[in-house]
Order: sequence, then C-alpha cells, then structure tokens
Amino acid sequence: MKEQIESILSAHGHRPGPLLIVLHAVQQEFGYVPDEAIPLIADGLNLSRAEVYGVLTFYHHFRRSPPGRHVVQICRAESCAAMQGERLAQYAQQRLNIAFHETTPDGRFSLEPVYCLGNCACSPALMIDGELHGRVSPERFDELIASKQVET
Amino acid sequence: MNAVVYVSKDASALSVGAEDVARAIAREAAARGIELTLKRPGSRGMFWLEPLVEVAVGGERFAYGPVNVGDVPGLFDAGFLDNGAHPLRLGATEEIAYFKNQQRLTFARVGLIEPTSFQDYVANGGYRGLRNALAMQPAEIVQAVTDSGLRGRGGAAFPTGIKWKTVLDTPAKQKYVTCNADEGDSGTFSDRMLMEGDPFALIEGMTVAGIAVGATQGYIYLRVEYPHAHRTLLEAIDIAYREGCLGANILGSGHRFDLEVRLGAGAYICGEETSMLESLEGKRGEVRVRPPLPAVKGLFGQPTIVNNVISLASVPIILDRGAAFYRDFGVGRSRGTIPLQLAGNIKRPGLVERAFGLTLRELLYDYGGGSASGRPIRAVQIGGPLGAYVPASQFDVVIDYETLGGIGALLGHGGIVAFDDTVDMARMARYAMEFCAVESCGKCTPCRIGSTRGVEVIDRILYGIDRERNLQLLEDLCDTMAEGSLCGLGGMTPFPVRSALRYFREDFLKTPVRY
Repeated sequence: MKEQIESILSAHGHRPGPLLIVLHAVQQEFGYVPDEAIPLIADGLNLSRAEVYGVLTFYHHFRRSPPGRHVVQICRAESCAAMQGERLAQYAQQRLNIAFHETTPDGRFSLEPVYCLGNCACSPALMIDGELHGRVSPERFDELIASKQVET
Repeated sequence: MNAVVYVSKDASALSVGAEDVARAIAREAAARGIELTLKRPGSRGMFWLEPLVEVAVGGERFAYGPVNVGDVPGLFDAGFLDNGAHPLRLGATEEIAYFKNQQRLTFARVGLIEPTSFQDYVANGGYRGLRNALAMQPAEIVQAVTDSGLRGRGGAAFPTGIKWKTVLDTPAKQKYVTCNADEGDSGTFSDRMLMEGDPFALIEGMTVAGIAVGATQGYIYLRVEYPHAHRTLLEAIDIAYREGCLGANILGSGHRFDLEVRLGAGAYICGEETSMLESLEGKRGEVRVRPPLPAVKGLFGQPTIVNNVISLASVPIILDRGAAFYRDFGVGRSRGTIPLQLAGNIKRPGLVERAFGLTLRELLYDYGGGSASGRPIRAVQIGGPLGAYVPASQFDVVIDYETLGGIGALLGHGGIVAFDDTVDMARMARYAMEFCAVESCGKCTPCRIGSTRGVEVIDRILYGIDRERNLQLLEDLCDTMAEGSLCGLGGMTPFPVRSALRYFREDFLKTPVRY
C-alpha cells in the first residue's frame, strides 16, 4: 500500500490544495480510504493526521471500509420522492436484505443513499457502479441486480 | 445514400437506454447494408421522449421517440431514415411545441451539435464572443456583462457584472475564475445538460471572465455524481488547449488562461460559494464568514470570481450578440433567459429555456402537461430542497426573481419539482429539516443543532404531542435558523418548512401516526 500511496502523492502532491485530489485517487485505487493511508497522506502533504481525518470524514463520498463489489446508490431527493422513490428505496432494502450504508454478507452489494443524481427528469433514479439508470421500477431494479449477479 | 442519425449521449438519455438504442440502430443498419453516420449530441431536453432518435433529411431533423431497442427494426421497415410514418414519429424536432415555444440562447447548441466537436462549436457561433472580448478593454467586457443584466443563475441572483468589477478593481498578482458546478438541488439538471451537451460554451465563458478580470487560472468545481459531465469536460478542455483557446497564448492574443476540473465529494454544502472555495483548497467544506467577499479574498486568499455554470455559459452569447440583445429578453430586473427544469411528478419533464416572465401555470401545464400520475398537482417546490412549496392557488405567479420573492418563494437555480395530491406535506417539511441535518457543515449552531431539533419538533407534532405549542416552537425555530445561520443552508431550510405549514397545515394535524 505504501508504494501506491507514494506514487499518488508524487503525482498530485505538488498541485495547489491537493488533499481532495489525493483522497479521490486513493479511493479510486483501493475502493476506499484505508486507515493506514491517513498518516502516509499526512506526511506526504505536510498536514496533521487530524486534518486528513477531518477532511476524509467530512465528505459523504469517501469510504473508510471496503464496499461491496457493486455499489448501488439510490436517490433520496425530492424529485425522485415525487415519483415513488421512497417505494424504490424500501424495495431495494428489502430485496438486498440490508439497510442503507450496509453491504450484503456475501460482499456483493453495498447500498448507499445519494442526494440527487441530476436525473430528475427521469425519476426515480439510481446509480450502479457509476452507471446511471432512470425511471426505475421495482421490476427494473430486479433486472439490474440480476445483471450484476451474472457478472459476479 | 449516407443517412445521419442522432441519438443523445446525455446521461439522462443513457439512463433510459439511449446507448442500447444507438447500438441497435448501428447493428440493424449493418445487417441491412445501409450506410449511416451515427452522431451523439447532448439532449434536446425533452426527457419524456428519450431515448429520442433524430434523422437528418434535407437539412432538417426529424424525431422519433421514445424509442426502445425493440422498436428499431420497425423504424427501419417504416423508412424512418426518410422520415417515414411510424407510431413513434414526432415530426420535425424543432417544430415540437415544447421545443418550438422556447427561446434558446444559452442552450442554443445543446442537443444540436456533438459536444466535443470543436468544428461544430465554431460553425454554430462558438468563440465569436471570445474574439470580440479580445478586442475590448477589460473594463469594457465587464461593462457589457453588467449592461446585459445577467444575474447569478446558481440561485443567489447577484448581478454578475458587479461581481466581476469587484475582482477587476482588486489588485493582486494572482486572480482566479471558479465555476460552481456543484449542482446539488433536486429537480435541477441544467448545469449537467450544458456541460455534457455544450462544454465549450462554459470553457469560452470562463476564458472571457479570466481576460475581463485578469485571472490566469480557472477551476471548475464539479460534483462527483456527474461522471458523464466529467469525461466530457476533460475531453473538451484537452481540445481547447490543442486549438489554442486555452493556455499561454489564447488565440494569439498573448493572454494566458489555464483551466482545470476539480471533483467534489458528495457534500451538498459545497454548492455554497465559500464552502466550495474551502473544498477547492482541499479542506473541509465549512462555510466562511463574509466579508471579506470571495471577489476580494477568495480562493487561496486571492480575488476570485465564483459563478454558476449557466451564468458563465451565457457570457459568450452576450459578448457575441451584445449586451442589449440579451437584456431585451425578460421582465423588470430579471433580464435575459432562464433555463427552467421541470421534474418530479410531471407528464413532460425537461428543460425549458424562456425569457423571464412566463407564469408557473404555463410551465406546469402548457409545457409540462400536468402531473405524470394524472392526479391534480397539489404543490410544487421551486429552487431545490431549500425552496418554498407553492400551492395550486398561486400557480399564476410570474416567474421572475422579484415576483417569486414577493410570494415568499425563490427561483434559485430554476428547478421545479411537482407533487400530486398524494404527497404528505408534513413529511416533506420533516424531510427538509432532515436534509439540513445531514448536509450541515456544522460550523454554526442554528443550522447544526436547529435542523436536528426541527426533525424532533415535527415528529412531536405528527405524534400528536402538545400540537399547538410545538407548532409555535417550530415557527420560532424557523426564525432562529433564518436569522442566525451563517449561510443559505440553515438560513433557507425554513422556506420549505414554513410554506408547508402555511399552505398545507392540515397535513400536520392529521390523526397521529408514527413514521
């Protein structure tokens, strides 16, 4: 891990205000920001560990533990709520048998809430592994999950 | 014959299957031995028709939609490449009433051109504004923007030219132009559509801003939820550098302007300008106390323009066609056009760019066609999660900054979310407080603590505990948050809560239930 983080730091550390860029790169590399990375980043950017920790925990996007192989993000904002988004959110929790912010025991799916994917004209919306889907009915949700189960 | 077919690659179009439709068209054409060119523009903004397929016939574009993969062979059978009759045929795209009755200035090219085709951009008026700007003195550019009447489209509606003048008049070795592309309001997608559909317009607008105020570095602060926009912007910025429209010597003028995209990390508060600057500096997105204004002491302590995507993308046409051209659209102190976004429970959701001055009713019914569910529209929320809920009795309100302000609402970033009569407005008020609690940066007490207390007070009202006193307490809490918060998050959360209380009070007084 040390090696990968050092290479991220040498690629981005010189840029103005680099901490968010570095955290994004670390999460890109590992899928989350491991605790062991915090002192390495702090050293590399000449910050205190508290500063790195403070930034890391401020932003909803950064994860501190490994996610499931597929990350399902369901929009909880008003436009989706007006189009049965709440029903979709309930259905997803039931179908995957986990609550938001949890991962299925087989490590396959993580469920995360998100506040607006900008797909409000095709509500309700969700994103799976960075891929956006709109007008998602419970049936469509099943199809999407099934297609991911085929993958792994 | 080499037919040209257009299928959008806008993220929303892709989200309902545009990629599969595009592939199916290519496959079917190959199987039938038909040569065709598949172009991938942004979206026309008529999202109920996506995936929309257009064909060019005799220099005009004809539309079919919404097209599913299964419709593709039938379209070929019907001769859609020659505008043949088919149940999905919509006629000439630009004659569709929803589109025809718009005034597209900022969005003129969106859906029309291929987003990262520099040739398309220039052939459709691109970079004329920058060329004009390069022939002007900085103060003249700023004056033109001031004269156009353009006000910040992000939500605060502050006159853009005044902001630029402050930056111009503040001496510093380094100044910055930052673009706030942290479009977090539910019901809004105009920034996303613009960045995905016409990224050069934003790049050009930022370059003009840089030259106007003497800034050599620009940053686009883009929300991480927009991966498609991210890819498009990166590609367009690369091309702009190659074409000499960014970098050390812009169009041979000797001016320098560099541009970089920085990603946010899922914090709604970073759409607040000072929080965005903190985040750009790589810190927690905590709001700064103003003054000093960002225009005086902004990014890294230097004079900084902070403008929304739509404000900046409207600059090229102002510099191209002149301040008077832009100012002649609109009413009162709301000049120019506004891209309104129709979302939620609405039959025809999409983007409507119009001069200020149409009524909410026209927008909801003439454009939107009423609710998607077919039930009466009971309320609309204007301007995102911090915007007021407007009841049906006020749908005749004219859409401009002052008139909406007069009824205790605000236009914000122009997002309009419709709800039918199944909505529970007490629940929406609770949601507003909950959202504020989740997204508060924590710096000031009224927002950090007030929002959590707000959820609890609303719960007590809903549970039927001491209702009258708790309703009074909720009003008092709204006062405290509105008057005492550092920024708009805590300061404006009372808008949806109070409007729900005022117009939909019966929803708070129903037989107690536990949520």
